[in-house]
Amino acid sequence: MTGLGIRIEGLRKRYGAGDTAVDALKDVNMVVEPGEVVGLIGPSGSGKSTLLKCLGAVIEPTAGRMILGGQTIYDDGWKIADLRALRRDSIGFVFQAPYLIPFLDITDNVALLPMLAGHPNGVARARALELLQALDVGHRAKAQPSELSGGEQQRVSIARALVNQPPVILADEPTAPLDSERALAVMRILNRMAAQYQTAIIVVTHDEKIIPTFKRIYHIRDGQTFEEAGQGRSLEPEPVS
Amino acid sequence: MISLAGRDILHSWGRFLLTGLGLGLLIGVTLTMAGVYRGMVDDARALLGNSGADLWVVQQDTQGPYAEASSLRDDAVRSILGLPGVARAANVTYLTMQVRHQGRDHGRDVRAMVVGFEPGQPGEPGYLLAGRHITRSHFEAVVDVRTGFVLGDRILIRRHDYTVVGLTQRMVSSGGDPMVFVSLKDAQEAQFLKDNDAILNERARTAANPGLNRPGAPGLLEAIQASQASNHNVNAVLVQVQPGVSAEAVAEQIRRWKHLEAFTRPQMEEILVAKLIATSARQIAMFLVILAVVSAAIVAFIIYTMTLGKIREIAVLKLIGTRNRTIAGMILQQALGLGLIGFIIGKVAATFWAPVFPKYVLLESADAVRGLVAVMLICALASILAIRAALKVDPAAAIGG
Repeated sequence: MTGLGIRIEGLRKRYGAGDTAVDALKDVNMVVEPGEVVGLIGPSGSGKSTLLKCLGAVIEPTAGRMILGGQTIYDDGWKIADLRALRRDSIGFVFQAPYLIPFLDITDNVALLPMLAGHPNGVARARALELLQALDVGHRAKAQPSELSGGEQQRVSIARALVNQPPVILADEPTAPLDSERALAVMRILNRMAAQYQTAIIVVTHDEKIIPTFKRIYHIRDGQTFEEAGQGRSLEPEPVS
Repeated sequence: MISLAGRDILHSWGRFLLTGLGLGLLIGVTLTMAGVYRGMVDDARALLGNSGADLWVVQQDTQGPYAEASSLRDDAVRSILGLPGVARAANVTYLTMQVRHQGRDHGRDVRAMVVGFEPGQPGEPGYLLAGRHITRSHFEAVVDVRTGFVLGDRILIRRHDYTVVGLTQRMVSSGGDPMVFVSLKDAQEAQFLKDNDAILNERARTAANPGLNRPGAPGLLEAIQASQASNHNVNAVLVQVQPGVSAEAVAEQIRRWKHLEAFTRPQMEEILVAKLIATSARQIAMFLVILAVVSAAIVAFIIYTMTLGKIREIAVLKLIGTRNRTIAGMILQQALGLGLIGFIIGKVAATFWAPVFPKYVLLESADAVRGLVAVMLICALASILAIRAALKVDPAAAIGG
C-alpha cells in the first residue's frame, strides 16, 4: 500500500432520518492503487452513484473514512475546507455522456480546468493540446464538441479529467453509449493513462463488453462492497491474420 | 481565464442577435419616447427663442398667449413702449387653424399656427431658409418648412389667398404645429373677422336700430358698421428690454401700472415646459416606466430560459471546480451583452426612424448615455433570477443515477 490512490474504510451514507431513513451505503471498503483501473459493478439502486458522489466530494457521507491521493478528505466529517478546489485539483470525472461545454472548442474544454486552477491561458492550452495529441484527437483541437463523434468526445472528456493530473479519476459508465470497438478503445486509454500518470481510476459500469478487462472488480450490493478478481483480458487489438 | 459568456454569445450569436433585435426595437421605442419629450421641450424653447422677446405681455389673469387665450387692445403697445427700460415692443396674434393649399395640392389642409406680426419687430421669424421676409401689408406669408409649402405656393387662410414668399424652420407651436407668419392686420382679420352672412346680418340689425341709424346724423351708421367689422385686439405684446435692464423689473412695472400680465422668458418657459406639456411629459414617463418593466421582464425571461437550457453544463462546471462567482459572472455578462446588443440596435433604429416622425424628435447624447446605464442596470437586475437558478444547481446532478 503506497498511501496514494484511493482508500475507503467503513464508508456509510444514510439519506433521511427516522422511519424514512435509507442506508444507501452501509459498509464500503475499497482500495485502488495508483496506476490501477478498478471496476465497480452493481445493480440499479445498489449505491454506485451514491459512492461516486461521496468520492467526488459532492455529497457528504454519514460516517467512515476516505483517503484520496494520500490525503484524508473525510474522517467522520470533511477534512478539507475547499471541496471545490479538491474536485478541481485532485479528482477527474468522466461521465456516461461527455458533457463537454458546447460553446468552447475542444482545446478550451480541456484547458478550462487548469485555467480555473489559476494557470495562464497559454500554459493551460499547451497542456490540453499535449493530452489531446496523446489521446489521438489533437487534429480536432479547434473543433466544436458538436463536430466530434461520440468516441472522440469521450476521449476529450478523458483528457479533461486528466489535465490537472489528479491522483484519482471517477468514471461513471464511460463506455455506455459506445460500440464494442470504441468501448475497448476507451478502456485502453484509461489503462494507459492510469499507468502513465499513476492515477487510480474507478470505472462504474454495467457494460458487459468491458467487464472482462478489469483485473479487479468491486461488486456493490445493498450498500456493501465485495471484492473479486477480474479476468484481466488483454486490451490490445488482436493481430490481423 | 477565458470569457465563458463571450464564448457562449459567439457560439449562439444568431440567437443572441435575434433576441437583441427584439429587445433593441423595444429600446428604440423607449429612446424615441424620450426624444419626443425632448423635442416638445426644445420646440417650446425654440418658440420662445425665435420670438426674440424678453417679455410677453398678455391679458390680466391669464397665462397667454400659448397656454391660455389672451386678448388685449392693440394700442396697449404704445403705453408699454413709453415705460422706462423698454427698447422695442410689438403686437402679435396667434391662431391655430387649418390652412388650405390652393395650388399643386389643391384642397390639402395643413394644421398650422397662424402668427400675425409687425415686420421688423419682435415676433418676426428670425431667419429664412429661402425667399424673403414679408414686405407687403397684405396677403404674403412666410411658412415653416414642415407645412410642406414651397415658395410661390398659394394658401387659403379664411377667405383670402396668400402667397408664400419665405421659408423658415424650427418655428412650431407648443403643440408641434408649424407656423405660418402673416402681417398683423391680416392675422387680426383672420382671427376676429366674422363670416359674410354674420356681417350682413349684423349690418341689417344695426340699420334697423333707430338709435344707431338716425336720419339727422349722416355717416353715423357707416361709422358704427365699420367699427363692428374691424378689430383692434391682439393676443400679446412682445417686449425687448434695453441692454442692462432687468426684464423682471420691467415686467413688474407693466403688472403694476398697466393692469396687464407680463412674463419673463424663464416664467414663460416654466409655463410652456412645466405646465403646458406637463401632462404629455407624465404620459411619456408612464410609457418609459412600462417599457422599462417590459424590457426587464423580457431580459429576465430570456436569460432565465437560456440558463435553464444549460443546467447540465452548469452542473459539470460546478463539479469540476468552477467558482459560483464565475458562473454568476457568466450569466451577468450574458445579460449585459444582450443589453448592449439591444441598446446598439435600439439606438441605430431610433436614429433612423426619428426624422420620419411628424413631430420633432430630439435624441440627445445624454439621454442615450442614461438609457445605456438604465438598460445595463435593468439587465443586471433581470439576471438575478437566472443566477439564483444557476447557483441552486447541484454539482451532483452531473453524476448520473
